[in-house]
Amino acid sequence: MSYLEIRSVSKSHGAHCVLRDVNLSIEKGEFVAIVGYSGQGKTTLMSLIAGLLMPDSGEVLLEGRRITGPGPDRGIVFQNYSLLPWLTVAENIALAVDQVFPDWTPIQRRDHVDRHVAMVKLAHARDRLPKQLSGGMRQRVSVARTLAINPSVLLLDEPLSALDALTRGTLQDEIAQIWAENQKTVVLITNDVDEGLLLADRIIPLTLGPGANLGAPITVDLPRPRDRKALNHEPEFKRLRAHVTQQLLGYSQARRNTVSRKLILPEILPEDLELPRVHRPPRRPNEEKREVVVRG
Amino acid sequence: MNQRFSTFLGTAGYALVGFACFILFWMFLSTIAETLPSPTATWEVARPYVLEPFAKRGEQDQGILRLAGYSLSLVAQGYFLALAIGTPIGFCLGLSRTFTRIFDPIIQVLRPVSPLAWLPLGIALFYNAGKEALEYGALFTIAICAMWPTVLNTAVGVRAIPQDFLNVGRVLKLSRTKMLFKIMVPATLPYMFTGFRLSLGIAWLVIVAAEMLTGKTGVGAFLWNEYNNSNYGNIIFSILTIGVIGFVLDRLMSLVESRFKSIS
Ligand SMILES: Nc1ncnc2c1ncn2[C@@H]1O[C@H](COP(=O)(O)OP(=O)(O)OP(=O)(O)O)[C@@H](O)[C@H]1O
Ligand SMILES: [Mg+2]
Repeated sequence: MSYLEIRSVSKSHGAHCVLRDVNLSIEKGEFVAIVGYSGQGKTTLMSLIAGLLMPDSGEVLLEGRRITGPGPDRGIVFQNYSLLPWLTVAENIALAVDQVFPDWTPIQRRDHVDRHVAMVKLAHARDRLPKQLSGGMRQRVSVARTLAINPSVLLLDEPLSALDALTRGTLQDEIAQIWAENQKTVVLITNDVDEGLLLADRIIPLTLGPGANLGAPITVDLPRPRDRKALNHEPEFKRLRAHVTQQLLGYSQARRNTVSRKLILPEILPEDLELPRVHRPPRRPNEEKREVVVRG
Repeated sequence: MNQRFSTFLGTAGYALVGFACFILFWMFLSTIAETLPSPTATWEVARPYVLEPFAKRGEQDQGILRLAGYSLSLVAQGYFLALAIGTPIGFCLGLSRTFTRIFDPIIQVLRPVSPLAWLPLGIALFYNAGKEALEYGALFTIAICAMWPTVLNTAVGVRAIPQDFLNVGRVLKLSRTKMLFKIMVPATLPYMFTGFRLSLGIAWLVIVAAEMLTGKTGVGAFLWNEYNNSNYGNIIFSILTIGVIGFVLDRLMSLVESRFKSIS
C-alpha cells in the first residue's frame, strides 16, 4: 500500500469527461512531477488529491484512508494564487498560520509568517495588498502561504510559472531543500520539463483529453543534490529530457494524425442564362461537409 | 493647475450649465403658472431658514439644518435597523437555496409595497406605545422599506463569492464562523455596500413621507405645514433641501462603497 493512491478515478465536468480511469501510487517522501498540455485536467487531478473535488468513480487514498475533503495536511498552491484580496501579504499568510498553529504564541506565529515572507523575498511588500503586487509576487505569496502551514503533502499546481528565470531558480532550490529536509511528499504540476527533471523522482505525463489518463512514468535517477548548471551537461539529463518531450509530442502527434476539416461544396448554378446569377454569402448548411482525413 | 483639478472644474462647469437651465425653466414656468413662486420669491421666503440654519423659533418654525437634523436622526435609526435585519436575511438567502425557495416569493410580494401603505400599519402596531407610536411607526416603515436592496444585494454578493476564496478556507479547515467572518463577509462587502447605499436612498425617501403623514418635526413635516399655510415658496425650498441632502448622503455612501470595490 502506497502513501498516496489514486485508484481508477474518473471525473467529468458536466458532460465533458476530463479524467478517465486514472491510477497513480506515490510513496511517502516521493517527489512526483506531472507534465501535460494545457487544459487536459492537471488542475482537476490536483483538486481531487486536495479533496476539493470528489471523483465520479474510483477513490483517492492517503495512508490507506479515503480522502473525503480538503485539509491542511495537503497544502495546495493554487494555480491562480487564490489570495484573499482584502488581506495584505502578511495577513494572507497569517490567516493560514493562525489556523494551523493555534497553540503557538502570537509572537511565534508572527515570526513564522515573517520568515516565510522573507523566504520568498517579499519582506519589502509585507503590508501590501495583492492588487499592488505583480503576478509573480502573488505567486510567491501563494507558495509562502502553503509552505508556512508545513503540510505533509505538498500539491504545487504550476507554482512557479509566472516567475522570471532567476526567481524561479531560487524557489526551485527552496522547494528542493524543503522537500529534502522535511520528508515531504510533493506532487508538482509543471509545464517545464527541466523543472520536473531538476526536482522530481518521477515524471508522469498526462495524455490528451477528453478522458485524459496518466502515461508511463519516467524515473529520474539523477544524483542529488542536483545542480542546475552541471545538470545541463549531464548526458542522462539530456536523454531524459528528450524522452519526456518525445512522449508528450507523441500524444499530440497521434492526435494530429486525423484531421477534421470543413469543406464547402461548390456552388453549382444552372447553365440557363435566363436565370439571374445570385451570390449568397450566407451558405446553406448542406453546402458544408466535414471530412476526416488520416494522415500518413 | 493639475489634471485632477481641471477635470473637476470641467465637471462642475457642466453641472452649473444644468443648474442654470433648471433655474431659467423655473423662472419661465413661474411667469405662466401664477401659484408657482419665482426663484427670487422662493429665496425671499426661505431666507430666514437658511440664514439662521439652527434657529428654533417654534415647533415647526426652525432653521433648515435643525429640521434636517431631526429627519436625519430618525432616518439613521430606521436605516441601521434595516441593515441589522436585512444583512443577515441576505446572507441566509445567498447561502441556502432552500431558504431562497421558501422566502424569495414573499419578499418579492412585500418589496414593492409603498411606504405610504406601511405607515398606518406601523402606527397601528405600536398604538399602545402612546406618544411614541408615531416615531415607532415611522421607524418600522423606514426599516421595512429600506431593507430590500440590502437583502437582495447581500444575497447576490454571497452567491458571487469566488469558489477559490472558499477553497482557501476549506483547505485550512476554517470553522463555520471563521469561514463566515474571515472569508464570506469580506468577500461580500462590495455588494453589501451597494445595497447599503441604495437602502439609504430609500430610507431618506421614506422619512419625508412619514413626517408628512405623522407631523413629526422635520423637513417633511415642514413641507406639509407650509402647504397648509399656502406658503408655496417654502415647499420648493423643502424639495430642494431634501434633494441636496439625499444627494450628499448618496455621494458619501458611494465614497465608502468605492473604497471596498477598489480592494478586490
Ligand atoms: N469547473 C469547471 N466546470 C466545467 N469545466 C471545467 C471546470 N474546470 C475545468 N473544466 C474543464 O476541464 C478541463 C481540464 O481543466 P483543468 O483546469 O484541469 O486543466 P489543466 O490541465 O489544469 O490546464 P492548464 O494547464 O491550462 O492549467 C478543461 O477542458 C476545462 O475546460
Ligand atoms: Mg491547471
